[in-house]
Amino acid sequence: MLDLRQYASLGAALKDALERWPNEVCLIEADRDREKVRLTYSDFKEMARPLCRALEDAEFKAGDRAAIIMTNQSKWLISAYSIFFCGGVLVPLDYKLTAAEHLQLLAHSKARFLVIEYYLWRAITQSPEFAKLTAEIVLVTEAPVGLSHGGGAADLQGAYRWEEFKRKGEPQFVARQREDTACIVYSSGTGGRPKGCVLTHDSYLEQCASLTAWYPFWPGVRYLSILPTNHAIDFMVGFIGPFVCGACVVHLRTLRPEFVRDAFVRYRITYVSLVPMVLKNLERGLRAKFDELKPRKRWMLERLIGLNKMLTRGRPRVELSRRLLPQVHKAFGGELRALIVGGAFTDPSTLQFFYDLGIPAPCGYGLTEACTAVTLNDLKPFRADTVGKPLPGSEVRVLNPDGDGIGEVAVRSRAVMSHYLDDPEQTAQTIVEGWLLTGDLGRFDVDGRGHLQLFGRKKNMIVTDGGKNIYPEDIEVAFDGLPVKEFCVFAANYLWPQKTLGDEILVLVVRLEQNQQFDDRLRDEIVARNRRLADFQRVGGYLAWEKDFPRTTSLKIKRGELAAEIGAGAARAGVVEV
Amino acid sequence: MPPTTNHTLDEILNLAALHFKVPRERLTPDDDFFKTLGIDSLQALDLLTRLESHFRIELPDYELQGVSDFRTLASRIQARL
Repeated sequence: MLDLRQYASLGAALKDALERWPNEVCLIEADRDREKVRLTYSDFKEMARPLCRALEDAEFKAGDRAAIIMTNQSKWLISAYSIFFCGGVLVPLDYKLTAAEHLQLLAHSKARFLVIEYYLWRAITQSPEFAKLTAEIVLVTEAPVGLSHGGGAADLQGAYRWEEFKRKGEPQFVARQREDTACIVYSSGTGGRPKGCVLTHDSYLEQCASLTAWYPFWPGVRYLSILPTNHAIDFMVGFIGPFVCGACVVHLRTLRPEFVRDAFVRYRITYVSLVPMVLKNLERGLRAKFDELKPRKRWMLERLIGLNKMLTRGRPRVELSRRLLPQVHKAFGGELRALIVGGAFTDPSTLQFFYDLGIPAPCGYGLTEACTAVTLNDLKPFRADTVGKPLPGSEVRVLNPDGDGIGEVAVRSRAVMSHYLDDPEQTAQTIVEGWLLTGDLGRFDVDGRGHLQLFGRKKNMIVTDGGKNIYPEDIEVAFDGLPVKEFCVFAANYLWPQKTLGDEILVLVVRLEQNQQFDDRLRDEIVARNRRLADFQRVGGYLAWEKDFPRTTSLKIKRGELAAEIGAGAARAGVVEV
Repeated sequence: MPPTTNHTLDEILNLAALHFKVPRERLTPDDDFFKTLGIDSLQALDLLTRLESHFRIELPDYELQGVSDFRTLASRIQARL
């Protein structure tokens, strides 16, 4: 791999990677079982060059911000590289947000330039908020042939087709320094106060060096990219990491489980990062296959799994496991070395299930504010009940531990963000004396080997098993105008703290008007509004509260105080499922 | 002649009941299928695959984004028949 210590920016490192491995395949893009794109590092450079030149001509300058809103595909990485090449700051936005949310974050980030997929652009142009679009240059990918910039009523509303935005000639690389901003990544705030994590080139280069020290890539490695590339994990291990090591990234245009399973075999995948929901899906599929086996074969399989388990207790022995359980490993292509799991709480039994089959599923813990990962299982030995050890260069402390040693996890490392964009107040609350306060509760395991275990959250938010962080403030907008005196949304575990993770839900707390009854009409209204939210954002239940909410002099709800009142005055069992 | 939306909807409900092993009479067009079937978004994609092969169409994943009831799903499928 490249020696990252020698580079001042992501752009410089990526540029050298394209020179270093010209003939290695760096990207494969498939739609279902149809391969659409296969690029070498040299091809990648050729595709980025005209875009970089066009950006130069459009006076895109060092420090200018550029957003990407796209599903995983080769153009995502080519666009990101071109932005870095021109000295820009990348703003990767979640493509699953609504058009109004996209417009809000585009405005907050002050992105001058936007690359967006056609179906998402169409939603933005049809939004009542479209006039608020602040980006000056918009490139649309996948736009139907015939639609182009300024082509009349059915045009791209002032945007350019990605394919048309190009210029001839050699672009000039724009150098950046380590302390310059590389990315602004939003960890929350679509409904309230946007939290744009400002991450420097130093953060990414340091984090990449730490991760690849434990999980190296090399030419020939194939990484299956199925988490969204705008997510911190995939951006690092599905783009930066593989590229600075000469490895290959495989993109799928569909996340249908059967095509994902097929891709493991077709492309002989080496690594993949997953959220728990996908891992669980793979487990379900395998267990169903095992259940179909005839009793004798099933008995044999159980014995072999038991033997593998015994032989890999101290460390993974992938080659041996492949020989012991060839059918299982063939189903994953035969080259798989690890299923890296992160983004949310993972059931230890699922992690153990895969490890026992000889497929290590190391679990990690991270947050956008800390670039990508804080801890990761190093498999020395594998532990299903922890989120691993702090990565090289990361210091982790447990603040104010209780009698069980559990307290708030704090992190200090060069990978930690420098601040929240335009929000010194939230920054000051989150980074205190150089330590990032994560809001997560944990402790170091008593075995003394430095494994971190997580036990819940101090902060008012939930993480779904699909890896989505949901902040109550962001979804309250869906209940604006609800015919009650007042309402507030909380994470159930914030109201009734418990030292566990998983099965997290949001609760809508409503205070009725005097003499108002909680009738079916109100219930139906709550259900209807809840369904307007994306499935992973919905509240799980509601609770009627019989006191006025405490408020500040500026009439904001004192959430902490209200949560304490509810926690003490109502039982979790009183939450009515929606 | 292409089937009507109601016919399409009916077939979707039948297939969903069969695929996820729930009694057909428990499913109604405006149900939130994540909730009624107790499934996550990946299992919903699985259902989509069954529907594609039944109706002989191809639906990109994004067509399902934001869709959570059978009626809307039927209209998306109907548009491609």
